[in-house]
Formats: sequence, structure tokens, C-alpha cells
Amino acid sequence: MLVSYKWLQEYVDLTGVSAEELGEKITKSGIEVEGVETLNEGLKGIVVGHVLECEKHPNAEKLNKTLVDIGGEEPVQIICGAPNVAKGQKVAVATVGAVLPGNFKIKKAKLRGEASNGMICSLQELGIEAKLVAKEFSEGIFNFPEDTEVGQDALALLGRDDQILELGLTPNRADCLSMLGVGYEVAAILERDVKLPEPKTASATEKAEDYIKVSVEAKEDNPLYTAKVIKNVKIGPSPLWMQTRLMAAGIRPHNNVVDITNYILLEYGQPLHAFDYDLLGSKEILVRRAKQGEEITTLDDAKRTLTEDHLVITNGSVPVALAGVMGGANSEVNADTTTVLLESAYFTGPVIRKASKDHGLRSEASSRYEKGVDPARVRPAAERAAELMALYAGGEVLDGTATADSLTLEPAVVSVTLEKINSVIGTELTMQEVEAIFTRLQFKSTVDNDTITVTVPTRRGDITIEEDLIEEVARLFGYDNVPKTLPQGAATPGRLSEYQLKRRLVRRYLEGAGLYQAITYSLTNQEKATQFALEKRQPVELAMPMSEDRSLLRLSIVPQLLEVLKYNTARQNDSLAVYETGAVFLKNDGEDLPEEEEHLAAAITGLWENHQWQGEKKPVDFYVIKGILEGLFAKLGLADKISFSAAEKEGMHPGRTAEVTLNGAAIGFVGQVHPTVQKDMDLKETYVFELNLKTVLEAGTAPLQYESIPRFPSITRDIALVVDKNKSAAELQSIIVETGGKLLKDVYVFDLYEGERMEVGKKSIAFSLKYFDPERTLTDEDVTKTHEKVLKAVEEQAGAVLRG
Amino acid sequence: MQERLKELQAEALEKVTQAADLKELNDIRVSYLGKKGPITEVLKGMGKLSPEERPKMGALANEVRDMITGAIEEKQIALEKAAVEQKLAAEKIDVTLPGRPVREGNHHPLTRIIEEIEDLFIGMGYTVAEGPEVEKDYYNFEALNLPKGHPARDMQDSFYITEEILLRTHTSPVQARTMEQKQGKGPIKIICPGKVYRRDNDDATHSHQFTQIEGLVIDENIRLSDLKGTLDVFAKKMFGADREIRLRPSFFPFTEPSVEMDISCKMCGGHGCSTCKGTGWIEILGAGMVHPNVLEMAGYDSKKYTGFAFGMGPERIAMLKYGVDDIRHFYTNDIRFLKQFSVTE
Repeated sequence: MLVSYKWLQEYVDLTGVSAEELGEKITKSGIEVEGVETLNEGLKGIVVGHVLECEKHPNAEKLNKTLVDIGGEEPVQIICGAPNVAKGQKVAVATVGAVLPGNFKIKKAKLRGEASNGMICSLQELGIEAKLVAKEFSEGIFNFPEDTEVGQDALALLGRDDQILELGLTPNRADCLSMLGVGYEVAAILERDVKLPEPKTASATEKAEDYIKVSVEAKEDNPLYTAKVIKNVKIGPSPLWMQTRLMAAGIRPHNNVVDITNYILLEYGQPLHAFDYDLLGSKEILVRRAKQGEEITTLDDAKRTLTEDHLVITNGSVPVALAGVMGGANSEVNADTTTVLLESAYFTGPVIRKASKDHGLRSEASSRYEKGVDPARVRPAAERAAELMALYAGGEVLDGTATADSLTLEPAVVSVTLEKINSVIGTELTMQEVEAIFTRLQFKSTVDNDTITVTVPTRRGDITIEEDLIEEVARLFGYDNVPKTLPQGAATPGRLSEYQLKRRLVRRYLEGAGLYQAITYSLTNQEKATQFALEKRQPVELAMPMSEDRSLLRLSIVPQLLEVLKYNTARQNDSLAVYETGAVFLKNDGEDLPEEEEHLAAAITGLWENHQWQGEKKPVDFYVIKGILEGLFAKLGLADKISFSAAEKEGMHPGRTAEVTLNGAAIGFVGQVHPTVQKDMDLKETYVFELNLKTVLEAGTAPLQYESIPRFPSITRDIALVVDKNKSAAELQSIIVETGGKLLKDVYVFDLYEGERMEVGKKSIAFSLKYFDPERTLTDEDVTKTHEKVLKAVEEQAGAVLRG
Repeated sequence: MQERLKELQAEALEKVTQAADLKELNDIRVSYLGKKGPITEVLKGMGKLSPEERPKMGALANEVRDMITGAIEEKQIALEKAAVEQKLAAEKIDVTLPGRPVREGNHHPLTRIIEEIEDLFIGMGYTVAEGPEVEKDYYNFEALNLPKGHPARDMQDSFYITEEILLRTHTSPVQARTMEQKQGKGPIKIICPGKVYRRDNDDATHSHQFTQIEGLVIDENIRLSDLKGTLDVFAKKMFGADREIRLRPSFFPFTEPSVEMDISCKMCGGHGCSTCKGTGWIEILGAGMVHPNVLEMAGYDSKKYTGFAFGMGPERIAMLKYGVDDIRHFYTNDIRFLKQFSVTE
């Protein structure tokens, strides 16, 4: 809502309160003032001029040479390019020395050899938005009424010597979608009186009810419909002051009748609609739900097909307006209109909201009905509009109002105790202070002991329960005056859950290992939603996506991380390591929520080690990323429960991918992205993993138990085994561990040889075995006995030969 | 014989002085003091001497021997020292060359903000509650006093999956779920961080996916002043002890009264500048007293229990705190962006 500071003064005395101060006060007590704009800021030297002469410029086809009286001793010559300039017009002239928007200074000039001492201005050139300029002046200069005095300040006449407060209204404060509503609010804030307009119309002999019969079929949607009839109307421009107020409020002037309905909309917050009575085609108004498939062409010349969800105003047979949203083209007020049917009605929010949404039509009217108008203003608004039509359109207002009224108008009565008010806010207000606040709001109240009972005016439909009253008290008492305290209840232990702690541990570990945390979008496209998924499931699909690229919820994180690598690689950052923890979504049937699994994924590419001046460069490989995972599982106490086995997965390198299992159940994968995928994304060799983090973090771990530091020495034996190339290290290791028994404390691979000196199809793999007995010093014989068994086992079970 | 010994002594000492390295010195030791050396040779002639002269000559020979040995040892120490110095000189490096970088990653700036806020409230006795990102309309709207057709649903156009399921538009459903689990009993003190989604076109200030942190306290006798005090503690810890807070009335369907909290602008100290659009204040979060309908719907007696709730956007806080100018940076994951948040403040 754009509120003119000058206009507001008609309802509240603003003496001693500047627009800025007022803005600050309104903000503090409830409605955010998003800005205070001074309309003529930086403009000067613009006066009303009278075009005395106007002829074609001798040397320029499109220019005119004019002689303009600007109230000085001599008229001035001005060259003007506007197509609509003509002799006799009263115009806005930027005189020499004037400043226009954008700090554009007017100087003496010569245009194609002719002197030009000023500029005749369009409204746009004076800083008014083009969409607000009346159509007749939108392509050229503006004309003041003929009787306008020459030489006076044109900006003041145009209402630009004003400041506009831009109110950011929350949906509950629809009452402030009107100047009167803002008036009440400001009066309460400043503790001043509010002045209301008192419409008067001359009495007429003819009765409105003889001209029109009004009935409502859809009483729930339309509890009150009123129609007034104004005869002998002359369509023309509305008075300049009205036009300027409309423009300042963001509404484009049209003609006197339409401008008056818009002016009342702004003043009362009550939408009105003017029909051309003679075009209605009947003497009847019937309000009903539209028939399925019924059509109407609205004022914007759009043909709209209606359903039973929409409310229409009809002439008894065909729709003449989409109720509360927009009038019909068939009954539009036009230059020849002489009799106006003025509608003022109370439509309920939901039906208007539905029509507005279905037809993508949001009008000043519909947005007010959606949020709720004050039913008590339906009649006064119509009276006031009729008064203005008599004054400014020469109309004759017929006696009375044709009405269909099923409205029960009962103001809300709400009670609250002083104790409740103070205990919710944390204050020690007295009943007198509370009463005074409601008096400021012009709410009637009665006090009975500790209880105050408030009758809430219908204009404040947002107040229905005691908490609403408490809010009124709090905001007008001032939040600045509310003390700062802390909750007094029993202490509660604050902590992260075990899961949350472990998740943080996982993140810190990965960051310590050199990975950056990424956060990517959950919504993705068809291809990426299922790519690299751990589980083959349908992705969750949005009913109405905004784009194909954000239409489904992801089943895995890896595709998003590859996008991150691609983005960065394309920007000269091709050595990268990123990880993400986040939900993936597995579809369930029907109305069940999808399952959300927290996953952990990582992707690395480029160089892993790069010590520039020492020339040490090591690209990422499978064992780098596997090492990160092994370290993670060790940190989580799960090292013994995890195993890796060769696996094939779509999108992954068939020979460099492993499935990860926890206690024998698959929890994810690790490996190299398939070279074709890498190539498609312009990536170098890239390795990724993705795990079901939820399963990992929920896996039980053994309690931490101290183990005594060994007092006896251990004995190490290294063996190099020649085996078939496809024998895995894990297989050999498990044989060794099993056979080694208790004495074998540790075993690890320390060498791998697959070079020329090996027989074809064979490789040599070397293990280091550490034997140890916590009870005594082992002898060579003890170790040899076990070690022989180990060698025999690997030979028998894996065909391994000790390398000579 | 005596002269011969003196002669050898002078000769040996001269050679020791001349010795250039340890090997040469050792050669000198062997050639003069060894069993086949000239001194031993001289002493072989002792038999020809008179018994009186023998001890004298023996003493002299030992004297010569000791002198040479002493000189050699002395020289040896000097040579060793020189050798060490030479080695050290050869080992000199340029200490100004850069060291080997320690590979290090870092958490995302949003995680940094979220964890900071989590820890701050954990210190005040809160626990961290989480919930699903795909929610039932009931928890996202209805249980929060937003029945179907409510105009405030417009404020947050949503991604629906079915008529009853949608991507949550705020983390408030976690509050509704927590209240429901507690079955009408207090106290509750939680904060709920998480991802949320709204139908917005991505631009510098809008993102269809973003994060939120909400807080909820429910107990007997929770007052608006408690909310103000709590937010004051939060603002001063998060933004600096010299920052002031201001509450302004606002509207949210799930709280009544509702407020918005501003903090005084750091740039201008509250005098008004471009950062705060001339107001001296910067909007940080929305809050309020839990609406009685919300309490009742979750099974709380609104006559007995009151509560407050607040909600904020980590993106906005990060943007204000670090001067980030485009919300899309948080989701592009440009490494040049992420790396900037490695340092501690």
C-alpha cells in the first residue's frame, strides 16, 4: 500500500510529525514501512506554461517551434518534439536552470538552428512511471486543465510535493489497504483523532429500485450486494487532484467514473464496480456461481471460461462481471455512458481467491476481497462514490439503494484478563494503561474486575482471540518497553544426539583428510535422479515442477558432486576433493511420505599431492579414496566390520569399483567414474564414493576399552607370494589371518609386483606378518611353527608359491 | 740419539701442523708412533747406552711420543670441527621457500553458521531436532494454523508432490512433530536446522532451496520478555556484544503476537547507511509467542502452557556476516568461494 503523506492529513492531524518520523513510528508499532519516497526529490524550476504559438520547426520535420508564456515578462521560445503539442495548451515547462530526474539540467540550447529556452515536459519526464500516465498523454506532453494559472509550480499542481510511505502489509492487516484504515492506525499510534468523510447527496425523486432489481443466489459467497444508480453522467477526465492521488498510489487515471471507483477503493478499501446501466441488457442483477463452461470476456479483452468454483454477476441470464475480480467488457463504462450502475458488495475471500488464482488475474479489488474487506463499509463507500460522481461527473444520484442483504454483522467481542496480558508479555501494566490502549484504537471496552472485554470493530477482522488483544497491547505499549528476561523453568540438558555428534565427526574427519564440504540441490532431472543410486527405486516427482532440471528428488548425491567438479574444472580448478552429507529420497506408494536416507558422498579428481617447487605430483587414484574411507571407518570403530569387494556398477569403471559392505550388508560403493562419463563431463580421472550414512552412523560399535601396552617383543616375518593375477589381496589376507591364529598380531601388504620378471598371468604380493604373545617373549621355534602353517594354507587354498 | 729424537719430534710436529685432513693425520700417527715407526727404531739402539743414560733416554722418548700424540689429538679435534662445519655449510637451505602444504578441506559456510547457532543454543539447554524434508501438508501447514485456503499460504508457494505431500517450506513442521511426540507435556527446548524449499526462481536474492533454523520453547509461564531476552543473547553472541536488538510487530499464522527482530547496523552503528537502507537496523529473524491453536492442535493446554518460537535463514546471516552478495554462491560450490571460509574469525 502506497500512502500519500499529504492525503493522509485529511484523516489525521500530522502536525509536528514528518513523513520520516511517521514511517519510523508505524514500523515500530506494527506495519513495516519499507520506504519513504519524496516525489519531487531533486526536481526544480518546473512551472505551468501557456503555449501561445506553435508551428513546425523550419529545419526539422518532427520538431515544433513554440512560444510559451511561463509567467515571466516575455514569453520564451521552446523547441518541442512531442507530437501532441498545440497552441492554447497549458503545459509543464522546465525552465532554463530547471533540474529534471537523473539530475538532468535544462540550459539554453539551439536545436537545428533555432533557440530553445526550456523544455515542455511529459509526465514521464517528471519522474512518473509510464504505466501510470493516462493513455491520452502517454505518447506526449501532459495538458493541464484550460483554466490553470500560468507561472505556478507545476509539480505542486501534480501532487509531486508529497512523500509516499510504502507499507509492507502482512496478510492480517488488510484493514490498512485503505486510507481510512491507515488513518485509524496512525491516529492510535499518535494518540490523535481520526476524521472520517461524511458523504452527502442531494435527494432525487426517482428511486434506484425502480431501475434495478438485485438478487443473490450464492448467499455464502456474497452476503451483501448493493447497487446505486447515477443518471446523466458526463464521462470526462476526473479532477487533477484525484488523478494525482491515484498516480501516487500506483493507479492509472482513466475517466471520472472509473477514477472515482478507484479513489474510493483507496479511501475505504472497498472495491466498487461501475457498469454502463444501458449496456446491462436487463433491469436485473443476479449474483450466482458460474455454470460449468460459461464464458465471459473481461475488461482486459480476455475470454475466460468459467467453472462452478467462480462467482459471477449476471444480468439475470449472462455474466457481466467476474465477481470481485474484474468487470465484463460487455457492460464497460465508455465515453458515451450516461447512466451508471454502481456496485458495492461484500464478497467472501475464498471464492474470489479461487477465481483470481484460476484466471491468473490479480486486481486491486481481488487482493482486497481475498484478505477480507470491512462489511460495514459497503454502504458508506457507495454513498461517498455517488457523492463524488455527482460532484465530478455531473451525475444525478437516484434515491436509495437496491440491496440484497443476508449479512449478519456482529462485531467480535473478546475478553482477556490483566493477569494473562502481563504474564504473556512479561510486563506489569495496570488496567488503566490497557484501557487507554484500546481507547487509542477506538475499540470499545468494559472492565469487570480483572477482566477487560473488548468489542472489536469489523474493520479489524484479524482480531478474534485474546492473544490478538494481547498483541494490540504489546505493540502499542511498545516492544522497546518490554523487558529482557530468560525462561525460568527447570534446567534442561543441551546436547547433540549421538547420531548428530557422529555426523559432525564424519565431517571433521573428511575435512581433515582434505575434502571440502559442498551443499547441492535435492531437486534434479530425470537422468541424474537415478544415476549412481544405491538402490533401484523410483524417484519422487514434483506435481508441478518449475523446470525439467528441478523436477525430481535425488536418489544419490554423486551426480551433483560431479557437477560441482565439472563447474570448477571449467574454471581452471581441476584438482578438487569435495564431499556432501544429505538426504536422498526413495519413493513410497500412495500418500506415504518417501523414505529419506542420509547419504555421504565424495568425489576427487586431478592431483592429490602437488608440491610445486619440489616437483612432487601425484594424481588421485583408487587407493587414495579407499584410504579416506578406511580411515573413516577406523575412526568410527567399524574397521573390522567393513569389507570391500570388486563390483560392477553402471557409470563406474568396471575394473576399478568396489562394493562396500558393513557386517556383510551392502552400504555403498567406491571407485573410478567410467571413462566415458568422465569424458562427457570433461573431467580427468575421477574417483567417487557414496554410502548410506544413516546405516553407518547407526551401526553399533564396541565400547572403548584400554589394552595394555606390550611388554614383550614381537617377531616379524615377510613373505612374497606368487599367485594368479586375479587372486585378491583380501582373499590371501583372510587365509593368513585365519591360519595365523592368536599369535598373528598384525598383517599388511607391503609390496606388489606384476612386472616383466613374473610368469605370464601371475603376480607377486608381499605380506609382512607380525607375531606376538602378550604373555611371553616368543622364540623363533614358536613363530616358525605357525608361520609354516600359514605358508601351507596359502599354498593349498590359493595356490600361492613362496617367491624365491 | 737424543738429537735424533728431537729431530723426529720437530719433523712430526711440523707434519701434524701441515695435515689437511683426518686421513693424513692418521697416516702421520701410524708412521711416527706405530711399532715400525722411527721412534721405535731409535729406541732399539737403547741397548748401546749406559745404564745411567737409559732411563733418561727412555723418559725423553716418552716425552717426544706424548708431545706428538698430543699434537695429533689437538689437530684431530680441529679437523673434525672443520669437517662438521663444512658439512653444515653444504647443507644450508633457503628457509624462505614455502613449506609442504598440509592438505586440508573445510566445512561449507552454511554449516559453519548452523553449527555456531546450534552450539550457542545447546549452551542454553536446547537440543537439536530434525525432521523430514518431504512433509505432509498437515505438519507443514495445518498443524501450524494454516488451514487449506488460508491466504498466508500464498506467502510461500510450495512444491507439491501430491495434494497432501510437499517439500517443506520451513522447518516449522519439526516443531509440530516434536510437540506431538511430547503429548502435551513440557518443557520443550529445541532448535531445528534444515533444508527447505519454495517455488522461487533462483536469482541473487532467491533460491528454490535454502536452509532455516528455528527454535521452540514451550513451558509453563513462557513470556514474550523471555523471547526478547533469548534473542538478545543470541544476537550479541552471533553478531557482537555491541549490537542492539529491536522487536517489531509482524504477522505469522503460527504465532500471536508475532514479531520481527532487527539488529543495529554494524556498518553505521545505527545511524543509517546503504547496508541498512538508511534505517540503522537490519532484519534478522521472525519470532513470536506460539499461537494457542498450534498448542491445542498438538495436544497442549494453551491455558497452562505458553511458548515462543523463532526462525531465521543461515544464508541471510552468512550474507550479512561475511558480505556475500549472491545467494547462489552457497549452492554453486565454487572452490574459490568455499576456500574463503577456512579461517577462524
